[in-house]
Amino acid sequence: MKTIKLLLVAVIVSFTTMAQAQTAEEIIANYFENTGGMDAWNSLEALKFEGAIKVQGMELPMTMIQTKEGKQLSVAEFQGMKFYQGVFDGETMWNTNQMTMAAEKSDAETTANAKLEMNDFGDPFLNYADKGYTVELLGNETIEGTETYKIKLTKEPTMVDGAEVPTVAYYYFDMDNFVPIVIEQDLLTGPGKGMTGQTKLSDYQEAGGIYFPFSIVAGAKGQPGGQEIVIKSVEINPEVSDEMFAFPEGK
Amino acid sequence: MKTKHILLGLCIAALSIPTQAQEIALKGKELFGDITARQIGPALMSGRIIDMEVHPTNAQIIYTGTAGGGVWKSQDGGASYAPIFDDHIQSIGQVAIDPTDPDQTVWVGTGEIWTRNSVSVGDGLYRTKDGGNNWQKIPGFDNSERISGIEIDPNDGNTVYVGVLGALWSDSDDRGVYKTTDGGKTWEKVLYINNTTGVADLIMDPSNSNILYASMWEFRRTAWDFNSGGVNSGLHKSTDGGKTWKKIHNGFPEGKLGRIGVAVAPSESSIVYAVIESEQEKDKGLYRSEDGGANWKRTNGDFSLTVRPFYFSRIVVDPKNPDVVVKGGLSGSISRDGGNTFKPLGNMHSDIHDIVFDINNSDMMHVGTDGGVYRSWNGGTTMEIVSNLPLSQFYHISVDNAEPYNIYGGLQDNGSWYGPSSSPGGIEARDWTRVGVGDGFRVLPHPTKDILYSEMQGADNVWRYDMKRNYTKNVKPLPAKGSADLRFNWNPPMATSTHQPDRFYMGSQFLHVSEDMGDTWKVISPDLTTNDPKKQEKNSGGLSADNSGAETHTTIFTIAESPINEKVIWVGTDDGNVQITRDGGANWTNVVANIPDLPANTWVYHIEASVHGAGTAYAVFEGHARGDMKPYVYKTTDYGKSWKSITTDDITMFARNIQEDYENENLLFLGAEDGLYITVDGGLNWSKFTNNFPATAVHFLDLQKQTNDLVAGTHGRGVIIIDDISILRDIKPEILDKNVHFFDTKPGTMVEEGGFGGGSTELEFVGPNPGNALKIKYYLKKRHTFGKMTLAIQDMEGNEITTLAPGKSKGINIVSWNYASKSPKLAAAKTFAFGGFTPVRVQAGMYKAVLKKGKDTYETTFEVKNDPKSFITAPERKEQYKTSKQLFDVQEDLAYMVYQTNLMVNSAQDAIEANAKAAKVAQPLIDDLNELKNTLVVTTGDNYVGTAPPQLREKLSTLYSDVASNYEAPSAAQKENINLLLERFNTANADFEKIKSKRLVKFEKYLEKQEMKPITFDTKEAFLDSKE
Repeated sequence: MKTIKLLLVAVIVSFTTMAQAQTAEEIIANYFENTGGMDAWNSLEALKFEGAIKVQGMELPMTMIQTKEGKQLSVAEFQGMKFYQGVFDGETMWNTNQMTMAAEKSDAETTANAKLEMNDFGDPFLNYADKGYTVELLGNETIEGTETYKIKLTKEPTMVDGAEVPTVAYYYFDMDNFVPIVIEQDLLTGPGKGMTGQTKLSDYQEAGGIYFPFSIVAGAKGQPGGQEIVIKSVEINPEVSDEMFAFPEGK
Repeated sequence: MKTKHILLGLCIAALSIPTQAQEIALKGKELFGDITARQIGPALMSGRIIDMEVHPTNAQIIYTGTAGGGVWKSQDGGASYAPIFDDHIQSIGQVAIDPTDPDQTVWVGTGEIWTRNSVSVGDGLYRTKDGGNNWQKIPGFDNSERISGIEIDPNDGNTVYVGVLGALWSDSDDRGVYKTTDGGKTWEKVLYINNTTGVADLIMDPSNSNILYASMWEFRRTAWDFNSGGVNSGLHKSTDGGKTWKKIHNGFPEGKLGRIGVAVAPSESSIVYAVIESEQEKDKGLYRSEDGGANWKRTNGDFSLTVRPFYFSRIVVDPKNPDVVVKGGLSGSISRDGGNTFKPLGNMHSDIHDIVFDINNSDMMHVGTDGGVYRSWNGGTTMEIVSNLPLSQFYHISVDNAEPYNIYGGLQDNGSWYGPSSSPGGIEARDWTRVGVGDGFRVLPHPTKDILYSEMQGADNVWRYDMKRNYTKNVKPLPAKGSADLRFNWNPPMATSTHQPDRFYMGSQFLHVSEDMGDTWKVISPDLTTNDPKKQEKNSGGLSADNSGAETHTTIFTIAESPINEKVIWVGTDDGNVQITRDGGANWTNVVANIPDLPANTWVYHIEASVHGAGTAYAVFEGHARGDMKPYVYKTTDYGKSWKSITTDDITMFARNIQEDYENENLLFLGAEDGLYITVDGGLNWSKFTNNFPATAVHFLDLQKQTNDLVAGTHGRGVIIIDDISILRDIKPEILDKNVHFFDTKPGTMVEEGGFGGGSTELEFVGPNPGNALKIKYYLKKRHTFGKMTLAIQDMEGNEITTLAPGKSKGINIVSWNYASKSPKLAAAKTFAFGGFTPVRVQAGMYKAVLKKGKDTYETTFEVKNDPKSFITAPERKEQYKTSKQLFDVQEDLAYMVYQTNLMVNSAQDAIEANAKAAKVAQPLIDDLNELKNTLVVTTGDNYVGTAPPQLREKLSTLYSDVASNYEAPSAAQKENINLLLERFNTANADFEKIKSKRLVKFEKYLEKQEMKPITFDTKEAFLDSKE
């Protein structure tokens, strides 16, 4: 009996050592390996997500498109109207005003910050070192009842109300399978400034050889609930045109 | 029965041992899953502030270290704050920003340093390197208890000096000045006097980091006395980075010294101020040196400079002007002539502990008080409170049985209050009612009447307050002829009875009982304390007398009448007696000697008389006031003859309060100095509850009987509620083996509310409501990460009502449903119609929650009920539902009509574009359809004031929204309007069909002849399914 116990302890010890021996680099490499492989990730040119924003009793169909060049759009439809948000052609970022349903440009700081995100296509961790990003393994943490690796990702500093601040996000990678299940990021501007935004990722499914989270729940850390975006399909390298992202002048 | 419980406990314990190495023990975060605490404040009276710090270059950033509520950070120049230290002990002594990395690196020394009787304790030194998101504990300071200074070399962030004030209630070697030169890896003690003398203040010369001033303070507190001062107190200076120190007392008073506060003028560092507590009244006060401390001259000895040095000795110099000095104090005061004369700061909460100046504008100040943070824009003349710091410090709380129930409690230096557990728009400042002044402690509602009892320190007043009439009467027990003077604790115990609603108990050294709500009193015990004269000090304070009554000892502290037998009464005393009577007070037995492994004379903080047996009780002891920080929690089932310890190593600090569950005897809640602990196995394993529950001192717990809400009175973070803990009763080992387990879903009640709330500004704290939604609760063995998982609500026939976003955590998941089905699909138009956001509420009845996870389906059924307080009849309710559905359907009919219209118009336009000749058949179709469409939906304008006149869709939508969000049957006016709109719809439908038969047929023939693509309409079902 004692031997068995000792063996068990030995197993646990070796397991934990192994777990602790992981570096941030290895964890990120495992993540890309487990979700399709670096080749698949690197061959992405554009992504189109179709799904719905779920609000109790309502599902608003939405589409998100992102390109390797850093262009992006998201559009939700409701009662026959299209509601664009965060549309960016590399130079101009714009949104639909809810009152007039007309396109309006984002403020200069938001646009400048969007430019910094242009290299985040696919996944911010993709070739992070080439982008000048740094990663740090902060340790193990239990989140969503699950043991995870907590990795700090530091990107280019962004501008907030005229001052430069670091862009930091914390990713929690499930120890079992190395995919991120929670992302946390300080809200740097707007009414939630000072709070921590928390995004939960789940329902990872394969699309075109790559695993993407098909359920994304965004909320505030420590508060129950949040808003869910359900992805229904992912199209790899869809056809895109420049007009899709351009600010509709005079419309 | 007992055996079974123990067995169960063992099973759970076994589960938590890693038999499967890769599994995590079901303890802690995994056990509680989605069960999330609700912090409801209040913030209107806020709480005690210890230390404030400003960022050296960014005026937007301010840190506030609090007495019991952790560290808060403002990123908007002090308009609002957010907590950043919730995972760690909440008692703060010092916050320091690294001047070499001010955006990221911040040090926090824990343990408050204004050493009043009710202070909490710290557990060491922490540092963040990312502006407060993640904190690392720096080794070496675990026993420091109170850190009073952290000074960081502006030329080298790895060189840091830490001043440790140390243990308040015991000797300790962990005192003095410590230095690191490797960023905290190793430390050297560079200044130490003895085990009774700690660092009260540590200041670095801002122009020369080798120059340090350290004031050493000899001090000690016991439960019955406080001493400030001694021959070992003094001010020391080092000019070589801490290697050597010398006393700088030239010009200082003779004799013993007490607490000394120091400040160096940032703009001229040769000017140094010291505020000194000394033996002679004539010597006390502010001293100024103009040569870096070599020589001192007394400048002022006013009350504001000498009052309570242990509580107020912070002095702060304006960063731009060496002659502007601010001193903390009862009101706080400011000098503009180098410390010679002072005037008080503006009106704010009394007891000022720290002041910081804005880095750019010295007219702007932020001030920390016993009642929160205040800001001034005019040099401290007018003050405004920060309204979003819920730091209230409750000594005690209780709840009533109202709906929603109220929470009652008293606060450190902030009176007594009650407020609701729920309020329209959230629990706001205005929802709280003051029911006592001074320091507030226990507030107990009368069990049946709209009356409560409240008190102030030492039972100076005991109020019976008539809540309806806003009328108070002082019902304090007083000595009668021949009786001794009464000794009431600072926090005097009171109790009511579940058996006799008008019965009211109070404890001095005797137990007093009144059967008429305090009008007449009877003493029903002898002196139940040790009555040890050594613990009855009358001259507390040391060099400065401090006889506030806070040190009155050998008193009764807790009273509990058995809820099963009113003759059984428990009394616990602050000097360690556990007394029980089984005959209503005729005979008393001190049973403390039966308690194993309990140091003698340990303060009995709480006795909980159990509902599970007349002889069953829990006792919580704590010895922190003599330096014993261990938890002592015991249970007896035989009237105190034998006791069993129910603490484990899971609990790391002393505890003050325990609450039992009324149904499951093994479910217990423990309020400890570092947070809330829960056991589901009678105390074999304890788990710390951390979901939105900071590591704050929990002074009192209560369990509300109707809602099963656990209500915690914390000493630093206000009232924190865990809504409906009943799920914890159902956690059993066999459940934990299942992949998915639905817990029983309690019936949901559709509460009929339709009022208005919300009068708070953007910067005011508003406590969240529990909501009336139904809670679906399930356990997942493993987090769901890969593959699809959905949660749908269905009726009993399997028709989908709506879908919800399922929780996917390992452990307990809780998903709310607000009784809404789907919203209607509205016709496409140029603007929003708000009916599209309104779902039809379901009818009362049975429903199913269906969870699909990969290929597996799990389901549970539950009931939805109508509001039992409703005045609405069943037929009315039925009509409301029927009409809502009718309007829902007609809107979707209209949507389908508009969809077909748009398809036809588009096709006709395409045909004309392809061949102008098509106009002959296509144009009349377009014209007729557009004419009709213009009456169906809005085709111009915007969503605000450019809005176009509403058409059928908009009118239907508004009417639908009114009817569907109501609970009553449609009104007569609504019914008439419904008929009108339905008639319009029917006419439109007839017109539509006419256009189709007359114009469309011709156009379709044209398309056929031209071999063009025919118009194909989706079926109505397909159209509705397409969601858009």
